[in-house]
Amino acid sequence: MLIKRTLSFVAAAAVSLQALAWEPSGKVECIAPSDPGGGWDFTCRSAGQVLQELELVPGSVQTINMAGAGGGVAYAHTVSKRRSDDKLLVAASNATTTRLAQGQFPGMDADMVTWVGTVGADYGVIAVSKDSPYQSLNDLLADMKANPRSVKFSGASARGGWDHLKVLIAAKADGVSNLPHIPYLSYNNGGEALTQVVGGQVDAFTGDISEVTGFLESGDIRVLAVLAEERLPGRFSDIPTAREQGVDALGANWRGFYMPKDASDEAKAYWRNAVATLYDSEQWQAVMAKNGLIPFQPEGDFRAFIARQVADVEALSREIGLLK
Amino acid sequence: METLQFLMDGFAVALTPYNLMFALFGAFIGTLIGALPGLGPANGVAILIPLAFTLGLPPETAMILLTSVYAGAMYGGRISSILLNIPGDEPAMMTCLDGYPMAQKGRAADALAISAIASFAGGLIGTIGLILLAPVLARFALTFGPAEYFALFLLAFATLGGITGKNPMKTVVAATLGVMISTVGIDIATGTQRYTFGVLELYEGIDFILAIVGLFAISELLFFIESRAGAGRKLIQVGKLSLSLKEVIATIPTLFRGGILGFISGVLPGAGASLGSFISYTLEKQYLGKKAHFGDGDSRGVAAPEAGNNGASSGALVPMLTLGVPGSGTTAVLLAMLISLNITPGPLMFTQNADIVWGVIAALLIGNVLLLVLNIPLVGFFVKLLSVPPMYLLPVVTMVAFVGIYSISHSTFDLYFMIAFGVAGYVLRKLDIPLVPIILGMLLGPEMEKNLGHALVLSDGDWSTLWGSPLAIGLWAFAALGLALPYIVGPLLRRRMKVAITEGPESD
Repeated sequence: MLIKRTLSFVAAAAVSLQALAWEPSGKVECIAPSDPGGGWDFTCRSAGQVLQELELVPGSVQTINMAGAGGGVAYAHTVSKRRSDDKLLVAASNATTTRLAQGQFPGMDADMVTWVGTVGADYGVIAVSKDSPYQSLNDLLADMKANPRSVKFSGASARGGWDHLKVLIAAKADGVSNLPHIPYLSYNNGGEALTQVVGGQVDAFTGDISEVTGFLESGDIRVLAVLAEERLPGRFSDIPTAREQGVDALGANWRGFYMPKDASDEAKAYWRNAVATLYDSEQWQAVMAKNGLIPFQPEGDFRAFIARQVADVEALSREIGLLK
Repeated sequence: METLQFLMDGFAVALTPYNLMFALFGAFIGTLIGALPGLGPANGVAILIPLAFTLGLPPETAMILLTSVYAGAMYGGRISSILLNIPGDEPAMMTCLDGYPMAQKGRAADALAISAIASFAGGLIGTIGLILLAPVLARFALTFGPAEYFALFLLAFATLGGITGKNPMKTVVAATLGVMISTVGIDIATGTQRYTFGVLELYEGIDFILAIVGLFAISELLFFIESRAGAGRKLIQVGKLSLSLKEVIATIPTLFRGGILGFISGVLPGAGASLGSFISYTLEKQYLGKKAHFGDGDSRGVAAPEAGNNGASSGALVPMLTLGVPGSGTTAVLLAMLISLNITPGPLMFTQNADIVWGVIAALLIGNVLLLVLNIPLVGFFVKLLSVPPMYLLPVVTMVAFVGIYSISHSTFDLYFMIAFGVAGYVLRKLDIPLVPIILGMLLGPEMEKNLGHALVLSDGDWSTLWGSPLAIGLWAFAALGLALPYIVGPLLRRRMKVAITEGPESD
């Protein structure tokens, strides 16, 4: 009897101890909601590697590619089949929140998962050809204020996607009216969109800093503004921010993770910490520098940031008539 | 010479042992695939795509592998033409005319050697043409706006009939099917979903690679199951190589003419390699007239079409690399591969992905040398392979297809889709509907739609912008020509081709 009671006590103690300091054991998975080679795949693979080096995971992190519906397939999988999995991270970015805001994951919203944290960002830019008459973001916006149809943009996302939204965010911040009339041409990728700007068929390019790096070095384009809080580090430090030019527009394409909603609180706390530790580590700083990612932490709480972003995108989408 | 510098850098990429190994492997497999009757270069490349994904090859290596397969298949096509009088693919048809008679005269080894040399010369001339023309065209292509691209895609559609057209109506049906498939998914111009029926897997549209592998590789398997052609073919005697240096030298002018003609016909979108080999053969026949015995086993009759079709295969890469518009079925498959590697073909590829472009071009040059070296001593080996029963070969192809497609996205949904495409491909081939226009429709349709939309946005809805520049008008004129010519010249050419073949040794 005594032995039995002692045993159960020990067992209970062990359980509560485990609850206090939850640590993953066994297999940890990271879902990249894309084919191998994309940004999400990179997020999973490189973060998994560093988590292992920092001994934040017991073994290695297994990356699983689950492409489809711009992340929708992986989102649905996390919400339904992996609801309470403690050892699952899913790579996410602005594309995830944009699609959530525009109802492109049918029947799902941003509250159905737990948002873990970010590990860096690629900042939005607005750029013109080297032969363009526009010298600053203000020149460009002044023309747009006079006539919203006067400046034609090209970008890589679909209409209403993140590249299009960045133009709208900047235009709105400067008081340009009639946002739906701003011409936006969507291309399959940044390279194609830039070709049209360099070739002079389109006036301006909207995209991310990583997309313009090659063209910036060859001198084919001029970046009018980066949509960041402060100037970017290193070789990008010559590029003025939109805020410097009096336009309060921010557009960071962040990279981060979410995890299942019904995971244990201990697991959620553990992964929040782990991702924060990862972000601060030297190893991760090296990964970011090597791959053109730039430090980024949202102002305030990540969950609140997500909620704000979803609300902003929804409002903008409504304004341009994408959402009814 | 800026181009020369780029080419040297390209060699540096292509000559790394890793890439060289894949070039050699690709050339070998390509020759093998080309040699097997029924498996053309488009199928060959389609079958190897999943392998490139399975191995997780870097983009330049994947492209080097696939272009080597492409060049190899062009080489291999001649082997069964000469030995069996069955062309391995359509462009190799003309090689039968003098190749088979040579083989019947006991000069099979000579015919194979001559054709290997001719393929080498044609490939070399075509690749040099590519090196000279592509960068110039790439710079020029920067002036292409949406209206010009729209006209260019129209040209590509208009000349589709030239690719496979036996029955132009069926080509139209196939291209329309392709365009229809491509409309599934998000419409990038409006951001709305089309034909997705709330199925999440359809939201990003249907992947080309799935369609290509399903249509070509899986349908091939179904055809095999149907025919149960498990017996293999009897071994053919190749004979001894008795080719004199004098005879080789005598073919040199033929090689030049064939290679250049082939290259030009390859550059034209839609025309492709079949036209290259046909024009080279017929013009050479007319040029030499009574001095030659074409159709009777003349070595120049083997050299001309082989130089032509290999020249054309390099020529077809020019519009693919510089404008992103495929010039033939196989380049359409290569284009799909480039897109899925996240590389944008087009003018800026020459500056932004210079290592890949020039690596591929250098690999073509190296591949041609490798193929020549492979082909002369290994002829006996390839001949033996012709007698491997397909019952061993096709299961391997199928396995590679399944593993490869699964490794791209880890989605069983994709596998079902691939099988569905395979069944559809089987049915369509039964109905004599060509498959290549489907792929071209899938690739070209959305681009054409996108550029039409963009042109109208830029002009504020004014349709006349579509023919608003001299360049666009020129392209429209070419498109009109491309649409009309096959109806006038096509039947004529085909009748002659048929006459030439029935006149040939077969009827003896």
